[in-house]
Amino acid sequence: MEGKTRNTGDIASGLALAALGIAVVVQARRWDYLGPDGPGAGFFPLWYGIAMIALSLVVLVSGLRRQSAPAAQWGKSGRALSAWLAFAAAVALSKPIGLLASFALLTFFITAVLYRRPLPVAAAVAAASTLGLYLVFPLLLGMALPVGVLGF
Amino acid sequence: MDILGGLANGFAVAFQPLNLLWCFVGVLLGTLVGIMPGLGPPATIAMLLPLTFKMSPAGAIIMLAGIYYGAKYGGSTTSILLNMPGESASVVTCLDGYQMARKGRAGPALGISAIASFVAGTFGVLGLMLVAPPLAKLALSFSSPEYFGLMALGLAMVVLLAGRSMVKALLAALVGLWIASIGTDLFSATSRFTFGQVELLSGIDFVVVAIGVFALGEVLGNLETREGVQMLPMPRGLLNLLPTLQDLKDCRFAFANGSVIGFLVGVLPGAGSTIASFLSYGVEKAVSRRREQFGTGVIEGVAAPEGANNSETGGALVPLLTLGIPGSGTTAILLAALVLWGFRPGPLFIPDNPGLFWGLVASMYIGNVMLLVLNLPLVPLFAQVLRTPSYILYPLILGVSMIGVYSTSSSLFDLWLLAGFGLLGYVMRKLDYPAAPLILALALGNDFERALRQSLMMSEGSLSILVTRPISAAMLSLAVLVLLIPAFGRFNAWRLRALEQE
Repeated sequence: MEGKTRNTGDIASGLALAALGIAVVVQARRWDYLGPDGPGAGFFPLWYGIAMIALSLVVLVSGLRRQSAPAAQWGKSGRALSAWLAFAAAVALSKPIGLLASFALLTFFITAVLYRRPLPVAAAVAAASTLGLYLVFPLLLGMALPVGVLGF
Repeated sequence: MDILGGLANGFAVAFQPLNLLWCFVGVLLGTLVGIMPGLGPPATIAMLLPLTFKMSPAGAIIMLAGIYYGAKYGGSTTSILLNMPGESASVVTCLDGYQMARKGRAGPALGISAIASFVAGTFGVLGLMLVAPPLAKLALSFSSPEYFGLMALGLAMVVLLAGRSMVKALLAALVGLWIASIGTDLFSATSRFTFGQVELLSGIDFVVVAIGVFALGEVLGNLETREGVQMLPMPRGLLNLLPTLQDLKDCRFAFANGSVIGFLVGVLPGAGSTIASFLSYGVEKAVSRRREQFGTGVIEGVAAPEGANNSETGGALVPLLTLGIPGSGTTAILLAALVLWGFRPGPLFIPDNPGLFWGLVASMYIGNVMLLVLNLPLVPLFAQVLRTPSYILYPLILGVSMIGVYSTSSSLFDLWLLAGFGLLGYVMRKLDYPAAPLILALALGNDFERALRQSLMMSEGSLSILVTRPISAAMLSLAVLVLLIPAFGRFNAWRLRALEQE
């Protein structure tokens, strides 16, 4: 039918949630369901795991059926996913170079690469934002943040 | 303690200089957050929650509540000047507010929005003050089955109104329950879903999930585009912001309508301020003599929804504080905040913590006055916030999120979890899975499971206890009815229409 497509987002999320539901049920069956004092550790997860499997199958089936409902648009997701990768890199760098230094790099990346600002502008934004966070959190509020080899 | 005595005690707490300062900080931050599209109160409250651990609980709840209701004031500015809601509750304000601004009446639109917010916001606090104490007394007779029924109803309502697909909303809630059950079992020493990680034995911190799903998810979603915003001209001078006497006369019913509908909808779990403003606008249009002009720039079309979304705040705090049952993502975070500070919202919250409850109530009266004073003359200044470049704003949000999460546990592991939940929040937005049911189920998860298991212990394993006690039977029947609504064409059409307004 013209204009009607399978919803790959629903298919993928339905599969992922069904897998999670199965994992929950398998795990829950290893724990007590009912003990002498009442329901055990496995009682509640077993039931929501079963519900998760059933509902994810509904999502999966509706995704497989050709329909005109709008599917997620992933065309613009490159920028968001790049930002997420940069964020994950900043988390990874928090220990070796310190949280504030890794935040400065993250800010520089977002400003220079994602927003295409000139490098001096990006450097100034990164430096000013980092200084702002340093003044508020470690200095004013006395918070201890991870410090790296650079000493801050 | 009677109401007047309680209120006097509350004002004594709220007028302490530091608490006044926190109230001002809260409403100011709330206004700014409300103005900025793409940054909502749940994200802001979640981000700032770790910073409140060093504050007094009264100051902290006063500030966080200030952000909550302050954002409702700020949201209208963006709706009126940009035709884009600063936060979801202000979406209906776009309809007539933006049209008024296009006709050169941005000033009266902003002015009436502040005045309606003040009138209805104050009504909402009055309602909270009058309804919460007797409801808490009634709830003292509740036991585990009643609480289970109440929580089931709250979750069902949120699922009903959280997203276009109820199946997806239910799945989001189930994922929230799963995250809540990670860690050591409530009644035994069994560790559940910890994957051998010692860090997970005490469970996943609510703050990490809330900041990840709301703050990071929102920032990642907003980073998809680089475009800035086009703002209509801002009126200058206080006189240009004041509505005329005729405007005020036209809005008489809208003030009352917004106040009452907003409060009543707020008390219902799950409905939320967007539904309140939508309903109030609908009622206003239905009873108006010039209903055909709605949508073309009618001032009561601004006053009614703006009033409703502010009155809703007072209503939403009623079930949160008296029953411990939040009705939205934001109130779920407020619940988590109270628990983290060592309080247990529920029937005993008000008698056990009169200073905190009445201090909050009194601070909301004061905060509404502050907001009126801030929003009338200073709204042109606040509107300049919309010119803040995204490349400055978004990295700062990411930085505050990282520091906020790290400060709760001093654990880099939690920063990795934050990254994971941020990605989850983004993917959920893309795939149309609502975040509110996940956050609510996470906040209620342990209590929900505890209530169910304690009920079954009371009945020696028989589920009949849930349906033989009248209150729990009524709540569970309502919850089932709510979940069956999509099966009824006419009701489902109403539900979808309500959601389309969001």
